[in-house]
Amino acid sequence: MSDLVKEGEEFLRKLDELGRVKRRWVSKDEEDTDPRYGYPPYRRPIDLYIRKGLIVIDKPPGPTSHEVVAWIKKMFGLEKAGHGGTLEPAHP
Amino acid sequence: MHSRKEYVALMELHREVDPEKVTAVLKQFVGRIYQRPPLRSSVKRALRIREIYYIEPLEFQDRYVLFRVGCQSGTYIRKLCHDVGLVLGVEAHMRELRRTATGHFREENGVYTLHEVSEALYLWRRYRYEELLRKIMQPAELIVANLPKIVIRDGAVDAIAHGAQLAVPGILRLHEGISKGERVAMFTLKGELVAIGRAAMDTNEILESKRGVAVRIERVFMEPGTYPSMWKRRKSCE
Repeated sequence: MSDLVKEGEEFLRKLDELGRVKRRWVSKDEEDTDPRYGYPPYRRPIDLYIRKGLIVIDKPPGPTSHEVVAWIKKMFGLEKAGHGGTLEPAHP
Repeated sequence: MHSRKEYVALMELHREVDPEKVTAVLKQFVGRIYQRPPLRSSVKRALRIREIYYIEPLEFQDRYVLFRVGCQSGTYIRKLCHDVGLVLGVEAHMRELRRTATGHFREENGVYTLHEVSEALYLWRRYRYEELLRKIMQPAELIVANLPKIVIRDGAVDAIAHGAQLAVPGILRLHEGISKGERVAMFTLKGELVAIGRAAMDTNEILESKRGVAVRIERVFMEPGTYPSMWKRRKSCE
């Protein structure tokens, strides 16, 4: 198994743990991944890391979540950012 | 966002009550409760049932009660305080509220102020220093951490990015116990989120099948062109 595939597997195991998914993995087929395309999530170049990233914001009392999202968008110079309320992720 | 929530709330009783009595009444609200959304709310004001998973009193001081509550998405804590006041017979209202968790995103695992975000952006833009920004941001993949997952081969990625359904031959590995109609997240071998969708087959059917649609895609996250389009190439060879 290539290091990239191992890294991907480890990342998904970490996601399962975070999301409390207790299911086991089963294999149907095996294949390698081409290092020329895409990136392991934590090793994305910074601009892509931002575009495909989320921040958990400590929202001060006062401004609404919508206002805070608008400020975040402006700070990052993004057109697309979303929220689901306080302590919720931005949509990728 | 239909994940469970946790809050720390400050409730003000309109008359002082013995903490033991307050604790007992708070415990009565654990379980399924009726709530009508308040006048100023964004949802239909029909009586509905919400589940309270736990309530833990933290501090009592005069007429103030600080407590932690874990509840279903869509529970109004302001309403909960009001109702606790009614049961206590002294009336009460919510003074302050802070959300401490949404799903697996918890306050203690890192929340960042707008000032910290602003500083991290400045350091990156002015000095090309990325580390702070990388620390305060997380890959969007974390949003779907709670979903059952399917890993697909490189050659299947771009077809889905262009709107195709996920077919059985594209699948390399998957979680056990996926049932038909269940929401699943699809990933590349590197761990990148490709799309989310509804399973059209259960895990065993997928393992036993050679062809057919395995997942009906609901939302695509991968940009077209990130992975090469094998599907186009294959088509042109035919």
